[in-house]
Amino acid sequence: MSIVVDSVSKRFGDFVALDDVSLEVRDGSLTALLGPSGGGKSTLLRVIAGLEQPDAGRVLIGGADATFEPPQRRGVGFVFQHYAAFKHMTVRKNVAFGLTIRKRPKAEIDARVDELLRLVHLEGFANRYPAQLSGGQRQRMALARALAVQPRVLLLDEPFGALDATVRKELRAWLRRLHDEVHVTTVFVTHDQEEAMEVAEQIVVLNDGVIEQVGSPRDLYERPANEFVMRFIGPVAPLGERWLRPHDVEIILEPVRGAVEATIDRVIHLGFEVRVELSLGDGDSTWVQTTRGRAEELELDEDQTVWLRPAEERAMEPEPA
Amino acid sequence: MRNRLILRFLALGYLALLLGIPVALVFVNALQDGVAAAWEAVTTPEAQHAFYLTMVMVAVAVPLNTIFGVLCALAIVRQRFRGRALLNAMVDLPFAVSPVVVGLSLLLVYGRRDGWVGEWLAEWGIQVIFSTPGMILATMFISLPFVVREVIPVLREIGTEQEQAAATLGAGGFQTFFRVTLPAIRWGVAYGVVLTTARALGEFGAVSVVSGKLSGRTETATLFVENRFQRFDETGAYAASLVLALLALATLLAMNLIKPKEAQG
Repeated sequence: MSIVVDSVSKRFGDFVALDDVSLEVRDGSLTALLGPSGGGKSTLLRVIAGLEQPDAGRVLIGGADATFEPPQRRGVGFVFQHYAAFKHMTVRKNVAFGLTIRKRPKAEIDARVDELLRLVHLEGFANRYPAQLSGGQRQRMALARALAVQPRVLLLDEPFGALDATVRKELRAWLRRLHDEVHVTTVFVTHDQEEAMEVAEQIVVLNDGVIEQVGSPRDLYERPANEFVMRFIGPVAPLGERWLRPHDVEIILEPVRGAVEATIDRVIHLGFEVRVELSLGDGDSTWVQTTRGRAEELELDEDQTVWLRPAEERAMEPEPA
Repeated sequence: MRNRLILRFLALGYLALLLGIPVALVFVNALQDGVAAAWEAVTTPEAQHAFYLTMVMVAVAVPLNTIFGVLCALAIVRQRFRGRALLNAMVDLPFAVSPVVVGLSLLLVYGRRDGWVGEWLAEWGIQVIFSTPGMILATMFISLPFVVREVIPVLREIGTEQEQAAATLGAGGFQTFFRVTLPAIRWGVAYGVVLTTARALGEFGAVSVVSGKLSGRTETATLFVENRFQRFDETGAYAASLVLALLALATLLAMNLIKPKEAQG
């Protein structure tokens, strides 16, 4: 189901968590709410779920106004950062909870729970308690529990935030695949731009309670709407008055018009990638990302004087005959 | 090593002097004329009625204070309202006020001649003071804080996420409470119930003031002990004390049996 957030505002005392936020999430899409902590992304997710009541504005789920519906009747699945596992219930009872509440026949519940446990790779863990699971397993259990009631939308609040780096990477790829299988409209909150880029089809950048930009990962990276998005969504290198992506800066050995003179401080070889740190004439420092092939071709070395220019402008020059 | 031994000696010695030896002496004294004499002393009609009355106190005060205690703890932890801090402080009043004062204050409210509502209740044929209702009220007052105090920290610790998760899964308020909140706080509730029971069993001061101490009618087990002692019936006094001590021990033992393994020190 599609989600429409229409001019939603929310304050906590003097703190403005959401300031007139409007957003559309397409049916069946996978959207990330990205931003620094305190930016309002969790509040927005909780407003969509009905766990927070907005001070102003409307929330529409599947085209119907859900602003005053309690969370019980919104048909949302919600996954919390710290799992919110029911500690006194087994994995099976946890996953079955929503169906038990709906008083479905036992055979149907058992079949559905088994299916979901297979989907989240917890087949052998049905009779364990949450305390006997790892963090990643607990979060997959929480996901199965949310999916059990066939929600119209799936909302995940920093779902991988409490997990270690390896598990986090695994679960990201897995969430992506799960979405391809289940096709439920999914919105997840993250403060990790790499996670948002890797998993989401659409990214919403939120900062200080305001949406800075909405777009595909590529849009945001290549055409950031402002300096905040540019700096938040990827690495930046200063060059004169401009900010560029470090791989969009070209190193040349000869001065040309528009190029800036710089001295190489360090050349760092990271395998395929080579990172070059430089000092600019005005005392600023910057860095350039290039390939091993290019660095060898130019024979880059410390203390060498080079010139830097934005790479896309190369295309404007006529090809040498 | 030596420091640890000294610490252990001090802790155990302190316990022995204050608790162990006096309780042990009650056992010895209760049985000094033999088991038969002790048994006879606690099975007289007066004694039986006294224990029956104590059980009535426990049977009414414990369930009511458990229900109220859980609701009160939920209000203090989960709700934001004016007077919440006051309610939180009020709950501790029975700890701070002497039971005798509690008894006298109940007389002021329910006393038949000059009590605040006593006269009005008497017209309806309800006698509170010098009868069971007043004694139950006194016992409830005295044992009120235990469940609240045990449940509040547990509620704080479990937080609200499990309850929110239950809500998004379709559970209403009652379903969430009985399926999620109550199971999560059950050890806190159980511990509170045990302490409430122990306190209700042993209450003397407040009940003594409002009971009128009519032997065989308004005499609880603790009042019976005092009565026997005043009449130089040492066997009766110590034998009844022994039963009370055993009841309290059984309650504490029950708590240790139900307590989850990970919570044991």
